[in-house]
Amino acid sequence: MTEKQHITIKGVKEGLIFLLDDHCEFSSLLDELQFKLEKSHQQLLSGPIVHVQVKLGTRQVSEDEKEQLRSLIRQQGNLLVQSIESEPPIVSQLEDGNNLKVLTGIVRSGQTLEHDGNLLLMGDLNPGGTLLCTGDIYVLGALRGLAHAGYKGNEEAIIAASLLKPTQLRISGVISRPPDEWMTGDAAMEFAYLSEGAMKIDKMTQLQRLRKLPVLFRA
Amino acid sequence: MGEAIVVTSGKGGVGKTTTSANIGTALALLGKKVCMVDTDIGLRNLDVVMGLENRIIYDLIDVAEGRCRLNQALVKDKRFDELYMLPAAQTKDKSDVSPEQVKEMVLELKKEFDYVIIDCPAGIEQGFRNAVAGADRAIVVTTPENAAVRDADRVIGLLEQTQIPARLVINRIRANMVRSGEMLDIDEICQVLAIDLLGIVPDDEKVIRSANAGEPTVMDPSSRAAIAYRNIARRMLGDMVPLMPLEEKSGVMKRFRKFLGIG
Repeated sequence: MTEKQHITIKGVKEGLIFLLDDHCEFSSLLDELQFKLEKSHQQLLSGPIVHVQVKLGTRQVSEDEKEQLRSLIRQQGNLLVQSIESEPPIVSQLEDGNNLKVLTGIVRSGQTLEHDGNLLLMGDLNPGGTLLCTGDIYVLGALRGLAHAGYKGNEEAIIAASLLKPTQLRISGVISRPPDEWMTGDAAMEFAYLSEGAMKIDKMTQLQRLRKLPVLFRA
Repeated sequence: MGEAIVVTSGKGGVGKTTTSANIGTALALLGKKVCMVDTDIGLRNLDVVMGLENRIIYDLIDVAEGRCRLNQALVKDKRFDELYMLPAAQTKDKSDVSPEQVKEMVLELKKEFDYVIIDCPAGIEQGFRNAVAGADRAIVVTTPENAAVRDADRVIGLLEQTQIPARLVINRIRANMVRSGEMLDIDEICQVLAIDLLGIVPDDEKVIRSANAGEPTVMDPSSRAAIAYRNIARRMLGDMVPLMPLEEKSGVMKRFRKFLGIG
Protein backbone atom coordinates (compact mmCIF):
# COMPACT_ATOMS: atom_id res chain seq x y z
CA MET A 1 0.00 0.00 0.00
CA THR A 2 1.32 3.33 -0.98
CA GLU A 3 -0.64 5.55 1.34
CA LYS A 4 -0.03 5.98 5.03
CA GLN A 5 -1.06 3.01 7.09
CA HIS A 6 -4.00 3.56 9.38
CA ILE A 7 -3.97 0.21 11.13
CA THR A 8 -1.31 -1.20 13.34
CA ILE A 9 -1.48 -4.76 14.54
CA LYS A 10 0.32 -5.58 17.73
CA GLY A 11 0.79 -8.88 19.35
CA VAL A 12 0.43 -9.15 23.12
CA LYS A 13 0.21 -12.02 25.56
CA GLU A 14 -3.58 -12.14 25.36
CA GLY A 15 -3.73 -12.02 21.60
CA LEU A 16 -3.71 -9.22 19.09
CA ILE A 17 -4.44 -5.56 19.39
CA PHE A 18 -5.67 -3.66 16.34
CA LEU A 19 -4.81 0.01 16.69
CA LEU A 20 -7.00 2.01 14.37
CA ASP A 21 -6.09 5.54 13.42
CA ASP A 22 -8.62 8.08 14.71
CA HIS A 23 -8.16 10.84 12.15
CA CYS A 24 -8.89 9.17 8.79
CA GLU A 25 -12.22 8.31 7.19
CA PHE A 26 -14.01 5.36 8.72
CA SER A 27 -14.55 3.81 5.30
CA SER A 28 -10.85 3.85 4.52
CA LEU A 29 -10.27 2.04 7.81
CA LEU A 30 -12.64 -0.68 6.69
CA ASP A 31 -10.92 -0.96 3.32
CA GLU A 32 -7.52 -1.19 4.86
CA LEU A 33 -8.67 -3.68 7.46
CA GLN A 34 -10.10 -5.90 4.76
CA PHE A 35 -6.90 -5.60 2.72
CA LYS A 36 -4.73 -6.48 5.67
CA LEU A 37 -6.82 -9.43 6.74
CA GLU A 38 -7.14 -10.93 3.30
CA LYS A 39 -3.88 -10.04 1.68
CA SER A 40 -0.85 -8.75 3.50
CA HIS A 41 -1.22 -10.43 6.87
CA GLN A 42 -2.72 -13.69 5.69
CA GLN A 43 -0.03 -15.89 7.17
CA LEU A 44 -0.09 -14.15 10.55
CA LEU A 45 -3.78 -14.46 10.95
CA SER A 46 -4.30 -18.11 10.26
CA GLY A 47 -3.92 -20.79 12.85
CA PRO A 48 -5.33 -21.22 16.36
CA ILE A 49 -8.04 -18.95 17.76
CA VAL A 50 -6.73 -15.55 18.69
CA HIS A 51 -8.44 -12.91 20.76
CA VAL A 52 -8.55 -9.47 19.24
CA GLN A 53 -8.94 -6.13 20.96
CA VAL A 54 -9.82 -3.25 18.66
CA LYS A 55 -8.71 0.18 19.82
CA LEU A 56 -10.18 3.14 18.02
CA GLY A 57 -8.22 5.92 19.63
CA THR A 58 -10.44 8.92 20.23
CA ARG A 59 -12.79 8.04 17.40
CA GLN A 60 -16.42 7.69 18.48
CA VAL A 61 -18.34 5.05 16.51
CA SER A 62 -21.95 3.97 16.35
CA GLU A 63 -23.14 0.45 17.06
CA ASP A 64 -23.59 -0.01 13.33
CA GLU A 65 -19.99 0.80 12.64
CA LYS A 66 -18.86 -1.49 15.43
CA GLU A 67 -20.83 -4.28 13.83
CA GLN A 68 -19.16 -3.59 10.49
CA LEU A 69 -15.76 -3.93 12.13
CA ARG A 70 -16.78 -7.09 13.95
CA SER A 71 -18.13 -8.86 10.89
CA LEU A 72 -15.07 -7.94 8.88
CA ILE A 73 -12.74 -9.43 11.45
CA ARG A 74 -15.00 -12.42 12.01
CA GLN A 75 -14.59 -13.39 8.36
CA GLN A 76 -11.16 -14.50 9.34
CA GLY A 77 -12.09 -17.75 11.05
CA ASN A 78 -9.52 -17.75 13.79
CA LEU A 79 -10.05 -14.18 15.03
CA LEU A 80 -12.37 -13.56 17.96
CA VAL A 81 -13.25 -9.98 18.68
CA GLN A 82 -13.02 -9.47 22.38
CA SER A 83 -13.66 -5.76 22.59
CA ILE A 84 -13.96 -2.62 20.56
CA GLU A 85 -12.91 0.37 22.58
CA SER A 86 -12.50 4.03 22.03
CA GLU A 87 -10.92 6.43 24.47
CA PRO A 88 -13.11 9.12 25.90
CA PRO A 89 -12.71 12.31 23.89
CA ILE A 90 -10.10 14.63 25.28
CA VAL A 91 -11.79 16.64 27.99
CA SER A 92 -13.16 19.73 26.35
CA GLN A 93 -11.62 21.95 29.00
CA LEU A 94 -8.16 20.99 27.87
CA GLU A 95 -9.04 21.65 24.28
CA ASP A 96 -10.54 24.95 25.31
CA GLY A 97 -7.44 25.89 27.15
CA ASN A 98 -5.44 25.46 24.00
CA ASN A 99 -7.60 27.73 22.00
CA LEU A 100 -7.91 30.55 24.47
CA LYS A 101 -7.20 33.90 22.89
CA VAL A 102 -5.87 36.64 25.12
CA LEU A 103 -6.50 40.23 24.10
CA THR A 104 -5.59 43.45 25.81
CA GLY A 105 -7.48 46.70 25.42
CA ILE A 106 -10.83 48.36 25.74
CA VAL A 107 -13.72 47.42 23.51
CA ARG A 108 -15.47 50.76 23.19
CA SER A 109 -18.91 51.82 22.09
CA GLY A 110 -19.52 50.88 18.47
CA GLN A 111 -16.71 48.34 18.38
CA THR A 112 -17.26 44.62 17.90
CA LEU A 113 -14.83 41.88 18.71
CA GLU A 114 -15.51 38.48 17.22
CA HIS A 115 -13.62 35.33 18.04
CA ASP A 116 -13.79 31.66 17.25
CA GLY A 117 -13.05 29.88 20.48
CA ASN A 118 -12.60 31.19 23.99
CA LEU A 119 -11.61 34.73 24.69
CA LEU A 120 -9.88 36.40 27.58
CA LEU A 121 -10.12 40.16 27.43
CA MET A 122 -7.68 41.99 29.65
CA GLY A 123 -9.52 45.28 29.80
CA ASP A 124 -13.04 46.60 29.72
CA LEU A 125 -16.03 46.02 27.50
CA ASN A 126 -17.81 49.35 27.48
CA PRO A 127 -21.51 50.02 26.98
CA GLY A 128 -22.27 49.95 23.27
CA GLY A 129 -19.39 47.56 22.60
CA THR A 130 -19.93 43.94 21.59
CA LEU A 131 -18.05 40.71 22.21
CA LEU A 132 -18.99 37.70 20.11
CA CYS A 133 -17.45 34.36 20.88
CA THR A 134 -18.16 30.78 19.89
CA GLY A 135 -16.80 29.65 23.25
CA ASP A 136 -16.45 31.22 26.67
CA ILE A 137 -15.86 34.88 27.39
CA TYR A 138 -13.66 35.90 30.29
CA VAL A 139 -13.14 39.56 31.05
CA LEU A 140 -10.41 40.65 33.41
CA GLY A 141 -11.95 44.05 33.85
CA ALA A 142 -15.41 45.54 33.71
CA LEU A 143 -17.98 43.98 31.42
CA ARG A 144 -20.46 46.78 30.75
CA GLY A 145 -21.48 46.13 27.15
CA LEU A 146 -23.01 43.25 25.25
CA ALA A 147 -21.36 39.86 25.54
CA HIS A 148 -22.52 36.88 23.52
CA ALA A 149 -20.86 33.59 24.35
CA GLY A 150 -21.36 30.42 22.35
CA TYR A 151 -23.05 32.45 19.67
CA LYS A 152 -22.97 29.63 17.17
CA GLY A 153 -25.09 27.53 19.47
CA ASN A 154 -22.87 26.40 22.31
CA GLU A 155 -25.09 26.24 25.40
CA GLU A 156 -22.19 25.20 27.59
CA ALA A 157 -20.46 28.52 27.15
CA ILE A 158 -20.11 30.88 30.06
CA ILE A 159 -19.41 34.58 30.50
CA ALA A 160 -17.21 35.53 33.41
CA ALA A 161 -15.99 38.96 34.44
CA SER A 162 -14.22 40.73 37.28
CA LEU A 163 -17.08 43.20 37.18
CA LEU A 164 -20.23 41.87 35.56
CA LYS A 165 -22.43 44.86 34.77
CA PRO A 166 -23.57 44.15 31.23
CA THR A 167 -26.19 45.95 29.18
CA GLN A 168 -27.12 42.55 27.80
CA LEU A 169 -25.83 39.01 28.06
CA ARG A 170 -26.39 36.28 25.55
CA ILE A 171 -25.40 32.66 25.69
CA SER A 172 -26.23 30.64 22.61
CA GLY A 173 -29.82 31.71 21.88
CA VAL A 174 -30.75 32.94 25.34
CA ILE A 175 -30.87 36.67 25.95
CA SER A 176 -30.85 38.26 29.36
CA ARG A 177 -31.18 41.90 30.26
CA PRO A 178 -29.93 43.05 33.60
CA PRO A 179 -31.02 44.77 35.71
CA ASP A 180 -34.58 44.01 34.57
CA GLU A 181 -34.07 40.30 35.00
CA TRP A 182 -31.38 40.03 37.58
CA MET A 183 -29.04 42.19 39.53
CA THR A 184 -26.61 41.13 42.14
CA GLY A 185 -25.00 43.19 44.82
CA ASP A 186 -21.50 44.20 43.89
CA ALA A 187 -21.33 42.39 40.53
CA ALA A 188 -17.73 41.47 41.29
CA MET A 189 -16.18 38.18 40.16
CA GLU A 190 -19.27 36.63 38.69
CA PHE A 191 -20.16 34.47 35.77
CA ALA A 192 -23.26 33.74 33.74
CA TYR A 193 -24.27 30.31 32.47
CA LEU A 194 -27.27 28.49 31.13
CA SER A 195 -29.22 26.15 33.31
CA GLU A 196 -32.24 24.47 31.77
CA GLY A 197 -32.44 27.10 29.11
CA ALA A 198 -32.35 30.05 31.49
CA MET A 199 -29.54 32.43 32.26
CA LYS A 200 -28.13 32.18 35.75
CA ILE A 201 -25.58 34.31 37.51
CA ASP A 202 -23.29 33.04 40.19
CA LYS A 203 -20.09 33.83 42.00
CA MET A 204 -16.89 32.70 40.33
CA THR A 205 -16.16 30.28 43.17
CA GLN A 206 -19.17 28.22 42.08
CA LEU A 207 -17.82 27.72 38.58
CA GLN A 208 -15.96 24.51 39.40
CA ARG A 209 -19.19 22.88 40.55
CA LEU A 210 -20.85 23.70 37.27
CA ARG A 211 -17.98 22.71 35.08
CA LYS A 212 -16.76 19.67 37.00
CA LEU A 213 -13.38 20.71 35.78
CA PRO A 214 -10.62 18.15 35.64
CA VAL A 215 -8.62 18.63 38.78
CA LEU A 216 -5.71 20.73 37.76
CA PHE A 217 -3.92 20.74 41.06
CA ARG A 218 -3.80 17.05 41.83
CA ALA A 219 -0.08 16.59 41.63
CA MET B 1 5.68 74.28 14.52
CA GLY B 2 2.56 74.50 16.62
CA GLU B 3 0.15 71.85 17.72
CA ALA B 4 -3.29 71.12 16.32
CA ILE B 5 -5.91 70.03 18.84
CA VAL B 6 -9.37 68.91 17.86
CA VAL B 7 -12.24 69.42 20.29
CA THR B 8 -14.80 66.70 19.74
CA SER B 9 -17.55 64.81 21.54
CA GLY B 10 -19.72 62.73 19.25
CA LYS B 11 -22.91 63.95 20.85
CA GLY B 12 -24.19 67.41 20.11
CA GLY B 13 -24.87 70.06 22.70
CA VAL B 14 -22.28 69.02 25.27
CA GLY B 15 -20.24 72.18 24.81
CA LYS B 16 -17.66 71.59 22.08
CA THR B 17 -17.89 75.09 20.69
CA THR B 18 -17.96 76.71 24.13
CA THR B 19 -14.95 74.62 25.13
CA SER B 20 -13.09 75.49 21.92
CA ALA B 21 -13.77 79.20 22.35
CA ASN B 22 -12.79 79.22 25.99
CA ILE B 23 -9.70 77.09 25.68
CA GLY B 24 -8.58 79.12 22.68
CA THR B 25 -9.10 82.36 24.55
CA ALA B 26 -7.49 81.00 27.72
CA LEU B 27 -4.39 80.01 25.75
CA ALA B 28 -4.28 83.49 24.24
CA LEU B 29 -4.64 84.88 27.75
CA LEU B 30 -1.52 82.90 28.67
CA GLY B 31 0.33 84.61 25.84
CA LYS B 32 0.12 81.92 23.18
CA LYS B 33 -0.53 82.50 19.53
CA VAL B 34 -3.78 80.70 18.82
CA CYS B 35 -5.98 80.04 15.83
CA MET B 36 -9.40 78.49 16.20
CA VAL B 37 -10.85 76.62 13.25
CA ASP B 38 -14.58 76.02 12.96
CA THR B 39 -15.17 72.87 10.91
CA ASP B 40 -18.91 72.76 11.55
CA ILE B 41 -19.73 73.73 7.99
CA GLY B 42 -23.36 74.62 7.50
CA LEU B 43 -23.94 75.12 11.22
CA ARG B 44 -21.21 77.47 12.28
CA ASN B 45 -21.35 78.75 15.86
CA LEU B 46 -17.84 79.53 16.96
CA ASP B 47 -17.96 83.01 15.49
CA VAL B 48 -21.17 83.74 17.41
CA VAL B 49 -19.76 82.54 20.71
CA MET B 50 -16.63 84.60 20.10
CA GLY B 51 -18.68 87.63 19.02
CA LEU B 52 -16.89 87.81 15.69
CA GLU B 53 -19.78 87.04 13.39
CA ASN B 54 -19.87 90.49 11.85
CA ARG B 55 -16.19 90.44 10.95
CA ILE B 56 -16.26 87.42 8.69
CA ILE B 57 -15.37 88.07 5.07
CA TYR B 58 -14.14 84.73 3.76
CA ASP B 59 -14.56 81.28 5.23
CA LEU B 60 -13.04 77.82 5.20
CA ILE B 61 -14.84 76.80 2.01
CA ASP B 62 -13.58 79.91 0.24
CA VAL B 63 -10.06 78.84 1.14
CA ALA B 64 -10.73 75.25 0.05
CA GLU B 65 -12.11 76.36 -3.28
CA GLY B 66 -9.33 78.85 -3.86
CA ARG B 67 -11.33 82.06 -3.71
CA CYS B 68 -8.93 83.49 -1.16
CA ARG B 69 -5.68 82.82 0.62
CA LEU B 70 -5.76 81.20 4.06
CA ASN B 71 -4.64 84.29 5.97
CA GLN B 72 -7.24 86.42 4.22
CA ALA B 73 -9.96 84.27 5.73
CA LEU B 74 -8.58 84.51 9.26
CA VAL B 75 -10.60 86.75 11.56
CA LYS B 76 -8.67 88.53 14.27
CA ASP B 77 -10.19 88.54 17.72
CA LYS B 78 -11.33 91.83 19.18
CA ARG B 79 -9.66 91.22 22.54
CA PHE B 80 -6.34 89.61 21.70
CA ASP B 81 -3.87 90.40 18.98
CA GLU B 82 -2.58 86.86 18.82
CA LEU B 83 -5.97 85.12 18.65
CA TYR B 84 -7.50 84.30 15.29
CA MET B 85 -10.38 82.32 13.96
CA LEU B 86 -11.00 80.54 10.67
CA PRO B 87 -14.78 80.51 10.30
CA ALA B 88 -16.84 77.77 8.70
CA ALA B 89 -19.18 78.47 5.82
CA GLN B 90 -22.82 78.71 6.74
CA THR B 91 -24.23 78.03 3.29
CA LYS B 92 -22.38 74.90 2.27
CA ASP B 93 -22.21 71.34 3.48
CA LYS B 94 -19.66 69.15 5.25
CA SER B 95 -19.04 67.26 2.03
CA ASP B 96 -17.89 70.41 0.26
CA VAL B 97 -14.46 70.07 1.80
CA SER B 98 -12.28 67.01 2.04
CA PRO B 99 -10.17 65.81 4.99
CA GLU B 100 -7.07 66.39 2.86
CA GLN B 101 -7.96 70.03 2.29
CA VAL B 102 -8.57 70.63 6.00
CA LYS B 103 -5.35 68.83 6.83
CA GLU B 104 -3.46 71.08 4.46
CA MET B 105 -4.94 74.22 6.03
CA VAL B 106 -4.21 73.04 9.55
CA LEU B 107 -0.66 72.24 8.55
CA GLU B 108 -0.22 75.74 7.20
CA LEU B 109 -1.74 77.28 10.33
CA LYS B 110 0.55 75.21 12.55
CA LYS B 111 3.54 76.94 11.00
CA GLU B 112 2.29 80.28 12.18
CA PHE B 113 0.49 79.55 15.45
CA ASP B 114 1.41 77.87 18.71
CA TYR B 115 -1.99 76.21 18.94
CA VAL B 116 -4.60 75.41 16.34
CA ILE B 117 -7.89 74.59 18.08
CA ILE B 118 -10.25 72.73 15.77
CA ASP B 119 -13.93 72.83 16.68
CA CYS B 120 -15.46 69.57 15.47
CA PRO B 121 -19.12 69.16 14.51
CA ALA B 122 -21.32 66.63 16.27
CA GLY B 123 -21.49 63.18 14.78
CA ILE B 124 -18.89 60.81 13.41
CA GLU B 125 -19.41 61.30 9.70
CA GLN B 126 -17.62 63.42 7.13
CA GLY B 127 -17.55 66.49 9.40
CA PHE B 128 -15.76 64.50 12.08
CA ARG B 129 -13.30 63.07 9.57
CA ASN B 130 -12.58 66.56 8.27
CA ALA B 131 -11.98 67.89 11.77
CA VAL B 132 -9.63 65.15 12.94
CA ALA B 133 -7.68 64.96 9.68
CA GLY B 134 -5.01 67.44 10.68
CA ALA B 135 -5.13 67.01 14.45
CA ASP B 136 -2.16 65.98 16.58
CA ARG B 137 -4.22 65.57 19.73
CA ALA B 138 -7.81 65.57 20.77
CA ILE B 139 -9.88 66.91 23.59
CA VAL B 140 -13.02 64.86 24.09
CA VAL B 141 -15.80 66.80 25.75
CA THR B 142 -18.54 64.99 27.61
CA THR B 143 -21.18 65.81 30.17
CA PRO B 144 -22.14 63.61 33.11
CA GLU B 145 -24.93 61.91 31.20
CA ASN B 146 -25.02 58.34 29.98
CA ALA B 147 -25.76 59.29 26.40
CA ALA B 148 -22.87 61.75 26.24
CA VAL B 149 -20.46 59.29 27.82
CA ARG B 150 -21.54 56.59 25.38
CA ASP B 151 -20.87 58.85 22.41
CA ALA B 152 -17.60 60.05 23.87
CA ASP B 153 -16.56 56.40 24.17
CA ARG B 154 -17.40 55.84 20.52
CA VAL B 155 -15.37 58.86 19.49
CA ILE B 156 -12.42 57.82 21.63
CA GLY B 157 -12.51 54.48 19.85
CA LEU B 158 -12.36 56.22 16.49
CA LEU B 159 -9.56 58.49 17.64
CA GLU B 160 -7.60 55.49 18.87
CA GLN B 161 -7.88 53.96 15.42
CA THR B 162 -6.34 57.05 13.88
CA GLN B 163 -3.81 57.13 16.74
CA ILE B 164 -4.70 60.59 17.97
CA PRO B 165 -4.10 60.77 21.73
CA ALA B 166 -7.15 62.11 23.53
CA ARG B 167 -7.78 63.77 26.85
CA LEU B 168 -11.09 64.26 28.55
CA VAL B 169 -13.00 67.36 29.63
CA ILE B 170 -16.14 66.76 31.65
CA ASN B 171 -18.43 69.70 31.16
CA ARG B 172 -21.43 71.00 33.05
CA ILE B 173 -21.00 69.18 36.30
CA ARG B 174 -23.56 69.98 38.93
CA ALA B 175 -22.03 69.45 42.34
CA ASN B 176 -25.33 69.08 44.14
CA MET B 177 -26.61 66.43 41.72
CA VAL B 178 -23.35 64.48 41.89
CA ARG B 179 -23.52 64.61 45.66
CA SER B 180 -27.05 63.25 45.72
CA GLY B 181 -26.07 60.51 43.29
CA GLU B 182 -28.39 61.70 40.54
CA MET B 183 -25.52 62.49 38.21
CA LEU B 184 -22.61 60.33 37.12
CA ASP B 185 -19.56 61.28 39.09
CA ILE B 186 -16.13 62.01 37.70
CA ASP B 187 -14.61 58.73 38.80
CA GLU B 188 -17.32 56.70 37.12
CA ILE B 189 -16.87 58.53 33.84
CA CYS B 190 -13.09 58.23 33.95
CA GLN B 191 -13.35 54.51 34.71
CA VAL B 192 -15.48 53.87 31.67
CA LEU B 193 -13.62 56.09 29.22
CA ALA B 194 -10.17 55.25 30.55
CA ILE B 195 -8.35 58.28 29.16
CA ASP B 196 -6.51 61.07 30.96
CA LEU B 197 -8.68 63.71 32.51
CA LEU B 198 -7.74 67.18 31.34
CA GLY B 199 -10.29 69.06 33.37
CA ILE B 200 -13.75 69.41 34.78
CA VAL B 201 -16.01 72.38 34.21
CA PRO B 202 -18.85 73.09 36.61
CA ASP B 203 -22.25 74.03 35.28
CA ASP B 204 -22.44 77.78 35.34
CA GLU B 205 -25.17 80.09 34.11
CA LYS B 206 -22.57 82.66 33.26
CA VAL B 207 -21.41 80.46 30.39
CA ILE B 208 -24.76 80.84 28.65
CA ARG B 209 -24.93 84.53 29.42
CA SER B 210 -21.49 85.25 28.07
CA ALA B 211 -21.94 83.03 25.01
CA ASN B 212 -25.00 85.05 24.11
CA ALA B 213 -23.03 88.22 24.59
CA GLY B 214 -20.28 86.95 22.30
CA GLU B 215 -17.76 87.12 25.09
CA PRO B 216 -15.96 83.90 26.09
CA THR B 217 -16.55 83.02 29.74
CA VAL B 218 -12.84 82.82 30.48
CA MET B 219 -12.68 86.60 30.45
CA ASP B 220 -14.81 86.78 33.58
CA PRO B 221 -12.66 85.57 36.50
CA SER B 222 -15.61 85.60 38.88
CA SER B 223 -17.10 82.65 37.01
CA ARG B 224 -16.17 79.18 38.24
CA ALA B 225 -16.32 77.86 34.72
CA ALA B 226 -13.80 80.52 33.69
CA ILE B 227 -11.34 79.34 36.31
CA ALA B 228 -11.91 75.77 35.16
CA TYR B 229 -11.09 76.70 31.56
CA ARG B 230 -8.01 78.61 32.62
CA ASN B 231 -6.89 75.56 34.58
CA ILE B 232 -7.40 73.41 31.50
CA ALA B 233 -5.30 75.76 29.39
CA ARG B 234 -2.52 75.69 31.98
CA ARG B 235 -2.59 71.90 32.05
CA MET B 236 -2.28 71.91 28.27
CA LEU B 237 0.89 73.91 28.65
CA GLY B 238 2.21 71.29 31.03
CA ASP B 239 1.47 72.90 34.40
CA MET B 240 0.34 70.73 37.24
CA VAL B 241 -2.94 72.23 38.35
CA PRO B 242 -5.08 70.30 40.81
CA LEU B 243 -8.67 69.56 39.89
CA MET B 244 -11.16 72.03 41.19
CA PRO B 245 -12.89 70.59 44.26
CA LEU B 246 -16.57 70.56 43.43
CA GLU B 247 -17.92 70.23 46.93
CA GLU B 248 -15.76 72.60 48.83
CA LYS B 249 -15.93 75.34 46.28
CA SER B 250 -19.68 75.17 46.12
CA GLY B 251 -19.63 75.63 49.88
CA VAL B 252 -17.54 78.74 49.44
CA MET B 253 -19.92 79.98 46.77
CA LYS B 254 -22.86 79.36 49.04
CA ARG B 255 -21.23 81.23 51.85
CA PHE B 256 -20.32 83.99 49.49
CA ARG B 257 -23.85 84.21 48.18
CA LYS B 258 -25.21 84.13 51.68
CA PHE B 259 -22.89 86.94 52.52
CA LEU B 260 -24.29 88.93 49.64
CA GLY B 261 -27.78 87.99 50.68
CA ILE B 262 -28.79 86.17 47.48
CA GLY B 263 -28.26 82.53 48.51
